[in-house]
Amino acid sequence: MASAGVTSAAGAAMHLVDYTDPAAIKQVPTRNGFGEGLVEAGRRDERIIAICADLSESTRMEAFKKTFPQRYIEIGVAEQMLVAMAAGLAAAGKIPFIASYAMFNPGRSWEQVRTTMALNESDVKIAGAHAGVSVGPDGATHQAIEDIAIMRVIPKMTVVVPCDSAQTKQATLAVAGRFGPTYLRFARAESAVVTTDQTPFEIGTAQTFRDGDDVAVVACGILVYNALVAAELARKDGIECRVVNNHTIKPMDEAAILAAARDCGTIVSVEEHQVHGGMGSRVAEIVAAHDPVPMEFIGVHDRFGQSGSPPELTEEYGMGVTAILAAIKRAHGRKRAARG
Amino acid sequence: MGLLAPERLTALEEHANDVRQGIIRSLLAAGSGHSGGSLDMADIFAALYFHVLRHDPQRPDWPERDRLLLSCGHIAPVRYSAMAYAGYFPVEELLTLRHFRTRLQGHPERVSLPGLETTSGPLGEGLAQGAGMALAGKLDGAGWRVYVVTSDGEHQCGLHWEAMMTAAKFQLDNLTCIVDRNVIQIDGSTEDVMPLEPLTDKYRAFNWEVFECDGHDIGAFVATVEKAKQVKGKPQVIIAHTVMGKGVSFMEGDYLWHGKPPKQDEADQALRELGAARELIGAQRG
Repeated sequence: MASAGVTSAAGAAMHLVDYTDPAAIKQVPTRNGFGEGLVEAGRRDERIIAICADLSESTRMEAFKKTFPQRYIEIGVAEQMLVAMAAGLAAAGKIPFIASYAMFNPGRSWEQVRTTMALNESDVKIAGAHAGVSVGPDGATHQAIEDIAIMRVIPKMTVVVPCDSAQTKQATLAVAGRFGPTYLRFARAESAVVTTDQTPFEIGTAQTFRDGDDVAVVACGILVYNALVAAELARKDGIECRVVNNHTIKPMDEAAILAAARDCGTIVSVEEHQVHGGMGSRVAEIVAAHDPVPMEFIGVHDRFGQSGSPPELTEEYGMGVTAILAAIKRAHGRKRAARG
Repeated sequence: MGLLAPERLTALEEHANDVRQGIIRSLLAAGSGHSGGSLDMADIFAALYFHVLRHDPQRPDWPERDRLLLSCGHIAPVRYSAMAYAGYFPVEELLTLRHFRTRLQGHPERVSLPGLETTSGPLGEGLAQGAGMALAGKLDGAGWRVYVVTSDGEHQCGLHWEAMMTAAKFQLDNLTCIVDRNVIQIDGSTEDVMPLEPLTDKYRAFNWEVFECDGHDIGAFVATVEKAKQVKGKPQVIIAHTVMGKGVSFMEGDYLWHGKPPKQDEADQALRELGAARELIGAQRG
């Protein structure tokens, strides 16, 4: 699958699909990767159980339900119950994955997540589906764009936001095999698949998807593809971008962030989330504490979502390729200005 | 109720008296904490730790142990005191309650003290976790049981009712919920703050087997637990009617003692009363 057409050595080393060739790109929802990964995790470990709050089809828990009906638990529209019951099951030796829309879990269940999962050190895995404005027509009530913030602030919590469906499958398996309360975030809409099953994946290790040392674009989730496309366009303006797939929000790969800051001198963060408190905020905390560089923040700027198609909403909230490219140029300009 | 031999009942009453004295001493040392509910559950915690539970204080992580969850974590002093007297840790450690770096956190933390099954304090979460444990036990065909102690006030939390539905759906007959029905919460009577009655009807409507007993009659409580354990296909609730502050005359029935500890003179008075009660129990033994 990896192609010589990938424009940097880093991309080749990561066994990426040739993302510069639209014909090579498949469009698959990240939630599909979760569904596949969960079944595989269930095969590998019989302690894995799945609990769902009346959304088994749309969260893609359905495949697990069919494969392991005796290990599937339906608890209805009760997200607080979803979390607290899972903590009880974990205390008795199970490894529960719990699925709903991110807006409801962890959105509605935050205190149960904090007390019964994190403070209690329960080996429960939250699968937060339908994250981001790319949920689309359902509108603001169902578009979780604050979930990274409320999860990364909790001690002992691991937060993972994979970039495409293939990586979501890998991430699901990695989460299943690693002890501890964890939040795995994914999306509803079809999105570009840029990784392959040969792409390495390790929780806590950011991935350089494109080489460059003019501007670092640090992205997570389905917007990683937009970041890569914008980086290729920036090249035409003589700006070589490093694109980092920063899939683990917590614990974040500080070394990779500091290397990006040092080598590139400026960072553009890209995430389908509020810029307040999200992935980019954490990047800013890291560089501010060590080696401050100018930053630009791509994400939702203190607004709620609304109904629309995923592409319409991505553009409306300034997360499309054009907006990222503009941010890259701004960042590049600010860096040069700072250096006099 | 006839299940307990008289000398066994007397021994349990002495344990309950110990537990109450431990509560008073620890709350005095802490300088803050919840006296009323802790005292009113002393009889039931003595019955649980010294008669009902299958457990081993030397092996708090014994996989076959019964699970006792304290949902209303604010009455932790009664659990700590019962655990200390049962041998989980030295009784003198009770005097570290709520102090810096203590294992006896103001609200119980599972990772801090072996023998606690959950971290609790935020109300309404215990039955949900207990249902998860009971379901895990069912999935594994395990023989242990789950007991969840709840306050009446926390029945105002929606999550508790989610857990009631869930426990009935999965026919968790290995799960027993014990309600501390003292009719008192921080702002006053439960029936003024947000009425719970008819509570037994509500549990029945949720497909639970319902029992009631005097929460200060250890023999009655033990007999009720035995009946609950015989129920098949349904979770059970034991609504234990209690008097807040039971055992200390000036605290009994007074909601103002929900969330405060005794001062030195009040603790002295309480311990004198409990000492006298202890002598009466001994006199019954003859």
